[in-house]
Amino acid sequence: MSTLKYQSQAVAKPYFVFALILFVGQILFGLIMGMQYVVGDFLAGAIPFNVARMVHTNLLIVWLLFGFMGAAYYLVPEEAETELHSPKLAIALFWIFAAAGVLTILGYLLVPYSTLAHITGNEYLPTMGREFLEQPTITKIGIVVVALGFLYNLGMTILKGRKTAINMVLLTGLVGLAVFFLFSFYNPANIALDKYFWWFVVHLWVEGVWELIMGAILAFILIKTTGVDREVIEKWLYVIIAMALITGILGTGHHFYWLATPEYWQWVGSIFSAMEPLPFFAMVLYAFNMVNRRRREHPNKAATLWALGTAVMAFLGAGVWGFLHTLAPVNFYTHGSQITAAHGHMAFYGAYAMIVMTIISYAMPKIRGFGEAMPNSAQVREMWGFWLMTIAMVFITLFLTGAGVLQVWLQRLPETGEALSFMATQEKLTIFYWLREIAGVFFLIGLICYLTSFFTKEKAQA
Amino acid sequence: MSESFTKGMARNIYYGGSVFFFLIFLSLTFHTTKEMPERDNRVNLSESVARGKALWEDNNCVGCHSLIGEGAYFAPELGNVYVRRGGGNIETFKGFMQGWMKAQPLNIPGRRQMPNFHLNDQQIDDLAEFLKFTAEMDVNDWPPNDEG
Ligand code: HEM
Ligand code: HEM
Ligand SMILES: [Fe+2]
Repeated sequence: MSTLKYQSQAVAKPYFVFALILFVGQILFGLIMGMQYVVGDFLAGAIPFNVARMVHTNLLIVWLLFGFMGAAYYLVPEEAETELHSPKLAIALFWIFAAAGVLTILGYLLVPYSTLAHITGNEYLPTMGREFLEQPTITKIGIVVVALGFLYNLGMTILKGRKTAINMVLLTGLVGLAVFFLFSFYNPANIALDKYFWWFVVHLWVEGVWELIMGAILAFILIKTTGVDREVIEKWLYVIIAMALITGILGTGHHFYWLATPEYWQWVGSIFSAMEPLPFFAMVLYAFNMVNRRRREHPNKAATLWALGTAVMAFLGAGVWGFLHTLAPVNFYTHGSQITAAHGHMAFYGAYAMIVMTIISYAMPKIRGFGEAMPNSAQVREMWGFWLMTIAMVFITLFLTGAGVLQVWLQRLPETGEALSFMATQEKLTIFYWLREIAGVFFLIGLICYLTSFFTKEKAQA
Repeated sequence: MSESFTKGMARNIYYGGSVFFFLIFLSLTFHTTKEMPERDNRVNLSESVARGKALWEDNNCVGCHSLIGEGAYFAPELGNVYVRRGGGNIETFKGFMQGWMKAQPLNIPGRRQMPNFHLNDQQIDDLAEFLKFTAEMDVNDWPPNDEG
């Protein structure tokens, strides 16, 4: 007997399990690249850097998508107070998406990328070879099909059930995710237009609709773990996502400073993106506020820790590290440097990796029949994993920031002729890259520790 | 948050605010796409440049390099390599590119390695034309210096 309110919520389980498996793969390829940063020819024949990078970033995106889907399958029925429209469809889509994902990654690893482009017919509808959107066109079409089936399933569930603010916001975020992904099919020969609309996927995801998804999941967890009144939590949710979209949409301008675009974007982008940290800051206030006003002691301490942690880390990674380089006069010098990488890491981890681990932490004990929480010993290991990964990520970010500041100093600030070349600069940054790699190993240890918390001697009631 | 500020008010700000700013964003995008022909060098977008862009994508060059600051940070910026290595002369630059692409991998122990993509002379020329094109776009004077 599982401890779920609605049996169909259990379809979230394979999504969560597979997400975490891909997460391990992501980190292993991160460590390979981290080595190549210091020992340039490390595995260079077998896994060139660009291949490792595609695998690292694509696994990240795909495991987050699996996580979001699992979150939705878990949360939507409970909010709507009805069973999922079609659990069978959810399971079928899981297998389709998992198979497409595995085949795509194998394609990256086993054949040269140009061969993959050729055999998947990229010349007929070229969409490949752009950062984060490296997937063969056929995979992209598969993603759209899976997304449509997924949204249909959720939509039907919400239609027949209760329409809470959390469900509506989550659904809006997921629809937005699918809609903006369609821009990945637009790839004109004009590189300026290509880049301009590429940001409609990348920026309007992470600084737009994904924030709705994050906000909805966080609100759900806070209601469940604190017992604070839904009205209060949903009011905060609306305030946060209002701030996110009001600042984040025009904030896209921070990518249009150096792009064959009019200069006014330097003003629009700077002003609006400088306010983008606000919703992230509000999330910190709100999470701590709700936990302090809690009306019950929830036995799942780990889930509460993840919820607070994601608010704080998202604020640091997206808010603080985003602000660091978002003003046009600063971005002129930092654009495309290790500072960008520092920010990308902490923001993705803090906001999206952690929100997925938050819902996993809350939902998995129930799906697996452990009741409200895992046994204490398992929670302790989970929290060790939390701290190790999170602190390791703080150090990764600090070391990359150090590398980035020095890079700007040596390569960007001096005049032509005085400035060090890119490769000469990189050699000066070696120490930072070694430290980053060491922090990365700690991250992996943290991840392993976290994963062991799922295996416990205590028996589930199931 | 104060009691007099209700959930309904928050929801209205969310709907109103996002629709309003999204419409502004769309209008600015529309205006920008009208202005871009003046800046994005499209008069010089030849067949060869288009082929070069396809080669750039099919070989995932952006997986190591950045192009006008976007991409990976493992290898040098290439948006302005035409200036850095070609001195702004297409014949010099094509010569450089022919030599460079064929010399890969350099196999210097411990050094970051660029793969050999087995491109023919025509393809390398197309890539050179594409990189000339990116260097001649008006991108508000980025990068700060020739090192990119
Ligand atoms: C959770 C939210 C966020 C995530 C996941 C995220 C992630 C990223 C990533 C991965 C990049 C690099 C893109 C590339 O490869 O070119 C990037 C770039 C950038 N982000 Fe964010 N970001 C977030 C929020 C923010 C916020 C709130 C700000 C501003 C306050 C910001 C400012 C920037 C800027 C200015 C760049 C361009 C850097 C450059 O010029 O090289 N980001 N972001
Ligand atoms: C062991 C830990 C990790 C290591 C050693 C590592 C290493 C790297 C390296 C070397 C790059 C390529 C940078 C370049 O283009 O030159 C990269 C890119 C990236 N990684 Fe990681 N990574 C790790 C963990 C993570 C985690 C946990 C996340 C997010 C949850 C993440 C998200 C990203 C993103 C978003 C990019 C693209 C950044 C950009 O375009 O600015 N990585 N990583
Ligand atoms: Fe952005």
